[in-house]
Amino acid sequence: MGKKPEIPLIVDGKRIDGRLPDQLRNIEMKIGEIENADGSARVKFGNTEALVAVYGPRSLFPKFLQETDTAIVRAIYNMAPFSVDERKNPAPDRRSIEISKVTKEALSGAIFLEEFPRTVIDVYEYIIQADGSTRVTAINAASLALASAGIPMKDLIAACSVGKIGDTLIVDLNGKEDNYSESDMAIAMLPSKGLITLLQMDGRLSKEEVLELLKKAEENCKKIYEIQKKTLLDKFKVAEEEV
Amino acid sequence: MAIREIVLPGSYIGERKGRKLINCYTEGEKVYSKVLGILKVSEEEIAVIPLAGKYVPKVGDRVIGVIDEIEVSGWWVDINSPYKAFLPLGEALEEFVDLRKVDLSRFYDIGDVIFCRISKVTKNKIVQVSMKDMIARKLFGGVTIKITPFKVARVIGKGGSMIELIKNKTKCEIYVGQNGLIWIKGHNKEKAIKAILTIEREAHTVGLTEKISKMLEGE
Repeated sequence: MGKKPEIPLIVDGKRIDGRLPDQLRNIEMKIGEIENADGSARVKFGNTEALVAVYGPRSLFPKFLQETDTAIVRAIYNMAPFSVDERKNPAPDRRSIEISKVTKEALSGAIFLEEFPRTVIDVYEYIIQADGSTRVTAINAASLALASAGIPMKDLIAACSVGKIGDTLIVDLNGKEDNYSESDMAIAMLPSKGLITLLQMDGRLSKEEVLELLKKAEENCKKIYEIQKKTLLDKFKVAEEEV
Repeated sequence: MAIREIVLPGSYIGERKGRKLINCYTEGEKVYSKVLGILKVSEEEIAVIPLAGKYVPKVGDRVIGVIDEIEVSGWWVDINSPYKAFLPLGEALEEFVDLRKVDLSRFYDIGDVIFCRISKVTKNKIVQVSMKDMIARKLFGGVTIKITPFKVARVIGKGGSMIELIKNKTKCEIYVGQNGLIWIKGHNKEKAIKAILTIEREAHTVGLTEKISKMLEGE
């Protein structure tokens, strides 16, 4: 953040990977990669790849952690040691503890937790390859995994990152842009309701820019939402023929 | 009238019009789905039948449970759900038991398999099961297998046709619990298990009854 990049990030209106400012990276989504889990998903945003497994609702021990009237969500975010250029220590650090907390809050806002009192829903988010916007990729994957685990939710959760390079507002930051941009913002929302469940910002932005970025984020979250819906419907289409 | 399609969490279904809702939520008069499932709309109710998920106990369900723990005056039963069920002494036995003299493990011991009925579920999901039911019994020997709870309906078949077919062809004793546990006993139990697992795996295909029938005859 704020450092000077070795090469300019935007040349002739195109970003370093050849995208336009408003363009998302290639998105790939897959469901059911982990057979043992109740629900799982693998989501790729360009080179960023997240693998998420959901277990539960299941009984929670030790017993003093149980809530008598609702379920709790435990999210664990971690990056694989090989996910970045320099080896990442696999032990949870300040950053991954923070992201675990914010993703947990982003997800639990959409789940009907009161239907499963005294239980826990475990969400394991693992970043296999990191190239910027890892937390939003993890949230997108977690939302798919939760839906495929049959957990009741208000809506799917779509997330996307937006930022600013020079005077240009951009969406879906990659690793380089994440490091050298003036500002970046991660947003998760329930697209069909227009409710925001995660909003984090780094760097400096004016009020107008924030509002403009929120609008861009909403637009792109809706695009991601469509891909999520299509992935789920494709996976369970076979089941449709059954009845 | 029955329209069947797949809905996702948050899919808009329609206006409520005073109908009963199953696995749906409302915002004002608008009805949305809560889970990923198959939509069934009729004039009385709007229901979404989930395609995945854990078994949640419901009063009246007949389930297979495994005794997990013995208490002073009852048993804890594992019913393949996030919640354990309690089997109180009064719901388990007809006879008088003097608790000062008798050890409860002589009736049901840890690891015993029972076929029971869910008699009570509180708001906080405290579950009680009962053996006071026509079909409830202790299951001796045999093997217990686990399938997805939402595919139990397919294993039973329309009016019990599928399970009757397997019972007749393999001459096995089979009990199907609504929680996804199935208990099988008999000489041909491998055959029956294979058939049930095939049904679970291919639950979505058409003409499954004939396929299972052929499969059981062929071997």
